[in-house]
Amino acid sequence: MELTLLIELALNGLQFGLMLFLLAAGLTLVFGIMDFINLAHGSLYMLGAYFAASFVMATDSFWLGLLLAVAATMVAGVILEVLVFRRLYQRNHMSQVLATFALILIFNEGARMVWGEQPLRLNTPALLSEPVQIMPGFYYSSFRLFIIVTGLAVAAALYVLVTKTRVGMRVRAGASNREMATAMGVNIKTIFTLLFAFGAALCAIAGALLGTILSVQVGMGESILILAFVVIVVGGIGSIRGALIGSILVGCVDTISRTLLPSMLHAVMPPAVASSLGPALASILIYLLMAAVLFFKPEGLFPARS
Amino acid sequence: MTAPLLELRGLVRRYGGILATDHLDLTVIEGETHAIIGPNGAGKTTLIQQISGGLSPDEGNIIFQGKDITHLPMNQRVHRGLARSYQITNIFRQCTVLDNLALAVQARSGSSMRFWRPAMSESRVIDEARALADKIGLGGRLDTLSGNLAHGEQRLLEVGLALATRPRLLLLDEPMAGMGPKESRSLMPLVQSLSEELSVLLVEHDMETVFQLADRISVLVSGRVIATGTPDEIRHNAEVRKAYLGDEVSA
Amino acid sequence: MHSTLHHRLSGPWMAVLLVLLFAFPPVATFFGQDFYISFGSRLIIFALVASSLNLILGFGGMVSLGHAAYFGAGAYVVAILMYHDIASAWISWPAAVLLGAALAFLIGLVCLRTRGVYFIMITLAFAQMTYYIFVSLRSYGGDDGLAITRRSSFVLDLASDTVFYYVCLVLTVLVLFFMHRLINARFGRVLQGIRENETRMLAIGYPVFRYKLVAFVIAGAIAALGGALFANQNYMASPSQLHWMQSGTLMVMVLVGGLGYFFGGVIGAVTLLLLEEILMAYTTHWAFYLGFILLAIVLFLPNGLASLTLRRTEGATGVRS
Repeated sequence: MELTLLIELALNGLQFGLMLFLLAAGLTLVFGIMDFINLAHGSLYMLGAYFAASFVMATDSFWLGLLLAVAATMVAGVILEVLVFRRLYQRNHMSQVLATFALILIFNEGARMVWGEQPLRLNTPALLSEPVQIMPGFYYSSFRLFIIVTGLAVAAALYVLVTKTRVGMRVRAGASNREMATAMGVNIKTIFTLLFAFGAALCAIAGALLGTILSVQVGMGESILILAFVVIVVGGIGSIRGALIGSILVGCVDTISRTLLPSMLHAVMPPAVASSLGPALASILIYLLMAAVLFFKPEGLFPARS
Repeated sequence: MTAPLLELRGLVRRYGGILATDHLDLTVIEGETHAIIGPNGAGKTTLIQQISGGLSPDEGNIIFQGKDITHLPMNQRVHRGLARSYQITNIFRQCTVLDNLALAVQARSGSSMRFWRPAMSESRVIDEARALADKIGLGGRLDTLSGNLAHGEQRLLEVGLALATRPRLLLLDEPMAGMGPKESRSLMPLVQSLSEELSVLLVEHDMETVFQLADRISVLVSGRVIATGTPDEIRHNAEVRKAYLGDEVSA
Repeated sequence: MHSTLHHRLSGPWMAVLLVLLFAFPPVATFFGQDFYISFGSRLIIFALVASSLNLILGFGGMVSLGHAAYFGAGAYVVAILMYHDIASAWISWPAAVLLGAALAFLIGLVCLRTRGVYFIMITLAFAQMTYYIFVSLRSYGGDDGLAITRRSSFVLDLASDTVFYYVCLVLTVLVLFFMHRLINARFGRVLQGIRENETRMLAIGYPVFRYKLVAFVIAGAIAALGGALFANQNYMASPSQLHWMQSGTLMVMVLVGGLGYFFGGVIGAVTLLLLEEILMAYTTHWAFYLGFILLAIVLFLPNGLASLTLRRTEGATGVRS
């Protein structure tokens, strides 16, 4: 097993994990603070990707397109929060699941209506289309590096926001005791709306960046949403730190096992079995991880609440 | 001298860095009404939780009727005769009073892994539930949704549910909680008659109730029992007065 | 004497309903609308599966987002056995039920130790695992699913859509009948008690976990039966039946129909499938409008459609939705 391959896999895992973190962070905050299950979170991610594809094509600039996509998705997020989510905070989880499930149907079909059935292409910006040499003989995509840097930057910004600023401390206070936060005079409604807008922005960034590597299509939100849920359950609901560690863990396990497991199995099993079992095991591994964590630490690895 | 009904030995329970229960020893003798009093935060409800099985102690033993039940699940303790009522009303709000009591009666009259015969047709269970309702004073409210009962009536049902399991030791966690003096007076006769029929471990704030009902009183402060004795002994215990009673009790 | 845990069915209404259901195929044939007999079978099958979810979700309060696993597994048992030339319904249908029960037992053993949102997530996880396992079975179709060339062999000829309809109907009526007895029996009371207040159930002496597990297994077995019927109906077993979106759809059916109402699953399944069918006739983007209708139902009819005309039980109001 070449070292460079291993490093490349690790970097890919880190890259995927960090993008997963962008989704998981928004999800866990909303869940932890508002106790609100949002299945439509993946739809905002998809929306971000579609907006990016459209705006990039319209403006012929990746960066401008990205910016506009983030703005547009934030607007969508705010509209959703004001029109729909506000009515659901007092309801039980089942109703929230049902309502946000309905939103998935609306968004997916809506995307088909606007952008058609065919996946869209989102090209890497000219600035980042050349690979970069990390080590002698080892080249890595500069765009993927950019994703990693972006992800780390967001993580750092979130850390500062949540631990050092007054706004962040109020958010954390909300995470541990909503009543206390209300008593302190925090305007809960505005905070929630801002929280959603922020989460939507993160989704859009992840959607635009990952959409460049994967493809932009209907249903892309659901597959990553499940992983995001696994992440926040593993990491601990309401915990940003848990979301970060969980995301990187899940991202790496997922990426690495998809490549390594089939080859490892090929070494010990007949090829027919290995080629079916490999991908299956790789997919299942994440869920086994989640089941195991829940079994031993039902509150996740870093629960925000005591 | 017969063995005590309930014995707590060196019970310890931690919350973060705090000792909610601090090497606590306590005994309850069969037939007595034993009250636990103490200031807020003394750890009274945590103690009840551990005795009933809702919480596991970190150290120590709970001996009931001579057998160690420290790690026995809550529902099995009920079958051995140890039942509790809750300080914060914990009834089946969407069910009628009859439903509430019938569920509890059903629990100790045979297996409920029955899939065919309608439960409503079991007259034995229904009759016993009705009798119980009469006993606790809710005989006329059988068909009312328990969530629609007045607070005082809900507290009656709260005790009734524990009673339905025919316990040998009844753990009453602040039965008068949330009740004004007039309402408390309606619950008093029930608690009084219970303390004559069963062994009762009673957590209570209301001093009048405690001194009237209890055979013995244990005073809980910061997770330990600082004194145990008859109401008179406790009333005149200097340490207790200093720590807790203050000038509340007339000499 | 009142009980909110007892569910009465109106004899006359049931009789009328049964007559209508049994009369449907000849009436449809008379009007030359044979196609709808097959659609009727589909409605019945999903009414069965949604009712099985209602058992644990509506009556037991267990929010399982992984119920499709048993539905899909049941379908695959029939398809796989058929692939290996085992066509008899007497073998493959009970086998499907057994596998559904076994799967539910194993999954329930792990999941039922968790509560709240963790339970939702972990049931989802196991459903996904089941999905990936079946998708990975390349010899059984993998991503494309496994088609079968004929329906299970039975005393009657299931190739006839009408005969198949009656078989589905009779089976479903029987299962629902037993479910009704179960809900009003001691077991059903305990299950509802657990939904209402799990801690208090423990505090009055019930071994709660045991009852949840048994309910989970029964629900899984019934869902698997539905899956077996569905594989016959569709002439195929497909991984999409195991996907979490299918679980979500089932949950939508129960919630729309009315949680904890005896006919919640039936009403929800019929409503959703009819809506789909009607909307499909007008536009290919029917899912878009369906989404809005569902959203409206959640926001404005929290207790589902059944709450419009039926009371859940005698004299009860619904739980906070």
